[in-house]
Amino acid sequence: METEIKLRVDGQEREVTVDTRTTVLDALRERLGITSPKKGCDHGQCGSCTVLLDGRRATTCLALAVAHDGAEIVTAEGLGTDGELHPVQQAFVDHDALQCGYCTPGQVCSAVGVLREAAQGWPSVVTEVGAEGDIAPARLDHEEIAERMSGNLCRCGAYVNIVPAVAAAAEAEGAGR
Amino acid sequence: MTSTSETSGSGRAVGADLERADARAKVAGQAPYAFEHPVENPCYAHAVLSSVPRGRITSVDTGAACREDGVITVLTYENAERLASTDDAELAILQEPEVAFHGQIVGAVIAETPEAARHAASLVRITYATEPHESELKPDENELYRPDSANGGADTDSMLGDLDAAMEAAAADPEAVALDETYVTAMTHCNPMEPHATIAVWQGDELTLYDSSQSVHGHRDTLAEVFGIDRGRVHMICPYVGGGFGSKGEPHAHAVLAALTARAVPGRPVKLALTRQQMFTLVGYRTPTYQRVRLAAGADGRLTGIGMDAVEQTSRIKEFAEQSANPTRTMYAAEHRRTTHRLAHLDVPVPSWMRAPGECPGMFGPEVAMDELAERLGMDPVELRIRNDAPVAPETGKPFSSRNLVACLNEGARRFGWHGRDPRPGVRRDGRWLVGTGVASSAYPVNRVPGSVAAVQYVGEGRYRVDIGAADLGTGAWTVLAQIAADRLDVPLDAVELRIGDTALPKATVAGGSSGTAMWGSAIVAAARTFRERHGNDPSPGDHAQAETPGNPHAERFAMHAFGAQFVEVRVDADTGEIRVPRLLGVFAAGRIINPRTARSQLVGGMTMGLSMALHEETVTDPRYGLLVNHDLANYHVTANADVRSIEAHWIDEDDPYVNPLGIKGIGEIGITGTAAAVVNAVRHATGVRVREVPVMLDKVLNGMS
Repeated sequence: METEIKLRVDGQEREVTVDTRTTVLDALRERLGITSPKKGCDHGQCGSCTVLLDGRRATTCLALAVAHDGAEIVTAEGLGTDGELHPVQQAFVDHDALQCGYCTPGQVCSAVGVLREAAQGWPSVVTEVGAEGDIAPARLDHEEIAERMSGNLCRCGAYVNIVPAVAAAAEAEGAGR
Repeated sequence: MTSTSETSGSGRAVGADLERADARAKVAGQAPYAFEHPVENPCYAHAVLSSVPRGRITSVDTGAACREDGVITVLTYENAERLASTDDAELAILQEPEVAFHGQIVGAVIAETPEAARHAASLVRITYATEPHESELKPDENELYRPDSANGGADTDSMLGDLDAAMEAAAADPEAVALDETYVTAMTHCNPMEPHATIAVWQGDELTLYDSSQSVHGHRDTLAEVFGIDRGRVHMICPYVGGGFGSKGEPHAHAVLAALTARAVPGRPVKLALTRQQMFTLVGYRTPTYQRVRLAAGADGRLTGIGMDAVEQTSRIKEFAEQSANPTRTMYAAEHRRTTHRLAHLDVPVPSWMRAPGECPGMFGPEVAMDELAERLGMDPVELRIRNDAPVAPETGKPFSSRNLVACLNEGARRFGWHGRDPRPGVRRDGRWLVGTGVASSAYPVNRVPGSVAAVQYVGEGRYRVDIGAADLGTGAWTVLAQIAADRLDVPLDAVELRIGDTALPKATVAGGSSGTAMWGSAIVAAARTFRERHGNDPSPGDHAQAETPGNPHAERFAMHAFGAQFVEVRVDADTGEIRVPRLLGVFAAGRIINPRTARSQLVGGMTMGLSMALHEETVTDPRYGLLVNHDLANYHVTANADVRSIEAHWIDEDDPYVNPLGIKGIGEIGITGTAAAVVNAVRHATGVRVREVPVMLDKVLNGMS
């Protein structure tokens, strides 16, 4: 069964006809020709398809397109502004935090999500909890970043460069705030 | 060692710490991978795989699949076109009803959408007459045979002196040590992040393929043969590869399937991507290995005998003999030596290349055995390795073109803080953690693959086009080949327009065997020289020249290898057995480094995959059904970000004038060799438990910790 939905992708309104079985990922890649989100596993196990879906990082291979009619999607291609890379992307370039590049768009979208989540005080499993159950705002140290980025697999083994790249972006963002 | 004039370029770009050329495109998701090339009006194919490990198809029912909306056709052996060549049984799909392994291609659905193709594939009903199968490597039970040779042309066996006598003599001498242990490595899968994918389109008898490939020309040649058409009629395009690690080094059955299905819709592109699950049976894997290692040594630690007998599996339909005994032939000096490879033909998927085939698993058993030997001798394991460093290649007697294993061990020990290490196992505790350190050597041969050609053309306004059909799998070829070209043409880096990844360009050899940069780079060096000789320093637009990778006059005179040493700190939870690796440090001697930034990433990447091999990776076979149980990324664990803390790769300056004009040895694979042994040795030091298999998981440690 086919149905028409609207998506706002990287700032552009798009109308697209999808099969009710079509994932957001396949709607983007196969129906709209937006290939910056990658398909690595199609099961939410690798993170390559990560985008910002209504402002939060999400694995698009696990999201059905019909369930996201009207959604706002930002992919790695739409992160930058005026032809400039997003600071997270620039930090990935500066730290050589990639090799084959296939997981990279998902990594950078995920990292942007990490910075937002940390800024909003979301804890991770390694965030220290006080005696009263109180949680201090997360400081994005190595352990926090590595934990929060662990939903994005990189088979080339760029992790040791990804963590400092995210840390640098976090620091730059903090400095600019 | 002195540098010859051949090894010096203008020196501006080579060796410079430069940004990866394709980094900006990749972080924005704008580098097109195979499945992403825009094509007009594509249809989609989805593979149907066998559900029995051995047998014969007795009936095929495609009725329900064909009735599905959007389905164009269904192919099985009953209606698929006959291939011109079925010599390679892995590629001879849909030709006959026989099934050789669970997960073999037995059909395909072609449909208007990926959703329709995938669903219809699940509706294809195939029944089988099954036959008894054997799918598990068990050296004591399988029938083993001696292959004619091992991968890469390696000798099957080698014998020098009398290892048995050396072992007996050592056993009889109370001062000496005779060690005889068996080590096991698991079946593992490359699992590049980009699944194997192909877009195929036939225009008449011309085939165009967008394929994820480590060798566009190699894949083209094979597919031309399979389909019985002239090579010139096959065009393969692949500017970017989302990781390969060997699994995209040779064409696999999906590429044939894409071309076969495209025959059914002439003029229309067919898009075929394997699912992550399908990749486990269709694109190769590393065989499990059983390694009997024997070491005989005197009280001074000097080896008198060294032996490695490797037992591995291959598929009943196609042989792949992983050369796991190879590194033992090079690593250490000893008078009495023996190495062998034996295989079991099983009803299993076809094994193939995975990062450092042979060298990677083959550096596990012997490097753990050296640690065991050091312990039994009461000798430091770094010192034991230094004492047994081979002055010449142990089996051939040839000198090494350069060999800096000892320098790597010493430099690594210094950087890691090895000196003063308490050798006693299981005595260091930090809270709930048992702490230990370990070391192992790394090694990888310098492989020569002749046949690459590069072309240089002056396009005007100071700009030069450099063409070669090379591949960048994340290795940095886009970056380093341009650096080499700039220096050899004596122009700024931004004056070079590099083109790779297309059979329309001059032929390039495979991105494999850590040979790419050396072989392609040497062709570029030769082409640049020819260009300048012919056209001078003031060429006219359109002037061009091309040249092939030259032969190496030193090839027969020297043994050529890269070496390294890896040091590891592990922490093992005393109660749960959880293993963490806070520090991994490697020092390598791998010839000239073209770009320190991309090189460091590649070496660290290899070490990260070695860490993954040590702690996580294991494909589990269910011998009852002959299937691979954990065939996805939730169940086949690879190192994730939180598994990694500090991984450092360093190198020592090595100027080897004999390996090639650039002095390159290759760095794509050495990083994964030795890592797993170093981890296992550190686990022993931390816990007192000697594990002789990888991956090391909680149970293997806990069982020994009582």
